[in-house]
Amino acid sequence: MEKVIRGRVWVFGDNVDTDVITPGVYVDAPMEEMKKHVLEALNPRFPREVKAGDIIVAGKNFGCGSSRETAPDAIKALGIAAVIAESFARIFFRNAVAIGLPVLSCPGAAGSFQEGEEAELEISEARVRNITQNKEIPGEPFPKDILEILSQGGILVLLKALGEKEKIKTP
Amino acid sequence: MGMTLAEKILARASGQKKVSPGQYVTAQIDLAMAHEGLAAVFMNLARTGWTKVWDPSRIVSILDHYVPAPTERSAEIHKVVRAAVKQWGIENFYGERAGICHQVLPEKGHALPGMLIVGTDSHTTTYGAFGAAGTGIGFSEMAYVFATGQLWFKVPPTIRFHLTGKLPEYVMSKDIILFIAGKYSAEVAQYKAVEFSGPLAGELSLSSRMTMSNMAVEIGAKFGFFAPDQKTSDFLKDRTRKPFSLISPDPDAHYEETYEIDVSSLEPQVAFPFSVENVRPVSEAREVKIHQAFIGSCTNGRLEDLHMAARIITGRKVHPEVRLFVIPASWEIYRQAMKDGTLETLIEAGAVIGNSSCGPCFGAHMGLLGADENCIAAINRNFKGRMGSQKAQVFLASPATVAASAIEGKIVDPRNY
Repeated sequence: MEKVIRGRVWVFGDNVDTDVITPGVYVDAPMEEMKKHVLEALNPRFPREVKAGDIIVAGKNFGCGSSRETAPDAIKALGIAAVIAESFARIFFRNAVAIGLPVLSCPGAAGSFQEGEEAELEISEARVRNITQNKEIPGEPFPKDILEILSQGGILVLLKALGEKEKIKTP
Repeated sequence: MGMTLAEKILARASGQKKVSPGQYVTAQIDLAMAHEGLAAVFMNLARTGWTKVWDPSRIVSILDHYVPAPTERSAEIHKVVRAAVKQWGIENFYGERAGICHQVLPEKGHALPGMLIVGTDSHTTTYGAFGAAGTGIGFSEMAYVFATGQLWFKVPPTIRFHLTGKLPEYVMSKDIILFIAGKYSAEVAQYKAVEFSGPLAGELSLSSRMTMSNMAVEIGAKFGFFAPDQKTSDFLKDRTRKPFSLISPDPDAHYEETYEIDVSSLEPQVAFPFSVENVRPVSEAREVKIHQAFIGSCTNGRLEDLHMAARIITGRKVHPEVRLFVIPASWEIYRQAMKDGTLETLIEAGAVIGNSSCGPCFGAHMGLLGADENCIAAINRNFKGRMGSQKAQVFLASPATVAASAIEGKIVDPRNY
């Protein structure tokens, strides 16, 4: 994970659910197909025009609904560098950390950005900045252990390392 | 100070005497459940070099989302699950012969009071109806659990819904949980544990409790508990040989908030599209025309739900312009409803009965909606595109309201039946 993330912002509202992120009918489709439909129900331009390095800014309860990991997976596959939201639904938040998608809770984020503006964030410092408006918004800090999972690139990276250690222990 | 149910279970599972909200713990998992998601868990483990699971007796595998397989793709997913089950020696594999996971785990005696259970499905909170701490996780975290038997948790604060009064006739526990989502928002329990308490909590049947614990996740909850009692023991006693105790919260436990809910004059509730918190009393929903009605899912596919539908529908016909789908949540329920005549009543009225599975609920198997169609459904979510077209609308209600509406062709108050 980059220490400082910078990108163009896409703005979404409250209660963005996992069904609009990856609709049920595509959850078993190959990622190349699934990612074409991410958030299209809310903004048809999004999956067509999103660029690697862009950032999502949203309101409260982002990712509510299903535990489908395809939701953060597909957002990551589109190249989204980070998701900033007023608050996250807890399963989405855990899944994002688990797959290494940078996420930051930031009450006050949604009202601080217009679509297309530039954002900068530093997750380890829980800091968000609207570069266009030259405005700083404080986020909610991560506990050290959880930040470690995210910085390593997700829980499977840790699991792989753990497996290799176990093999050394038990030849 | 004492502990709530969530605190007691997380303390025990992490080997500590006491835990407090906000604390991070690594807990030992008592039971892990995976549905079709097991295929993804298998691939995650293969990629990370793990060939074995931590304890094949503590994993339950069920197929319920795509049963029978509607596409070649889902048939391939089922093949991966079956191969993984063989390779790992998973002891509790039910395949497609049991029903929806959240109904099957309690029925087969896997979900017991005091257990910490994770599942690859958000409605894993359902086991809270039995006093188990059940919560949904994704496929990567489940891979970690399958390999190590452990997972990190943040100890959540607990909030309480203190339920009093007597439910009016034709008003169901579904109406209570929809009322809570409408009044207090879909985020009232975000990152929190919920306990449903009070005299009414004890009076509710286990089926009614399961509906509310199931939908606890729709108000953001990590766990949705009812304290287990004699009813819980009666349900489980012939279903498991494992010992369990009726765990209860300490009398001096701390609750972040207690909400008082008196249901005596509660009206049937309807959640309008496209959010579970967009709730209005049924009297404000009249005249909404419907094209499809659905009773089923892990939320409302139990025998008492089917009985309520049959009671309303007996001697009547489903509206000619409405298709009514009914799906018993498990094979056990299916058999009971077949033997006691419930299915016959529903079929005579014009209902289509499906095999036990998630069915239309998650919008990828069958019973989908076209553009501009409305569906009233006794399920858990009404998100945009949840059940097919992004231009379709899903209204959430109790089985009573769905049954009455199926007869009329529009959303109506079941109390008039």
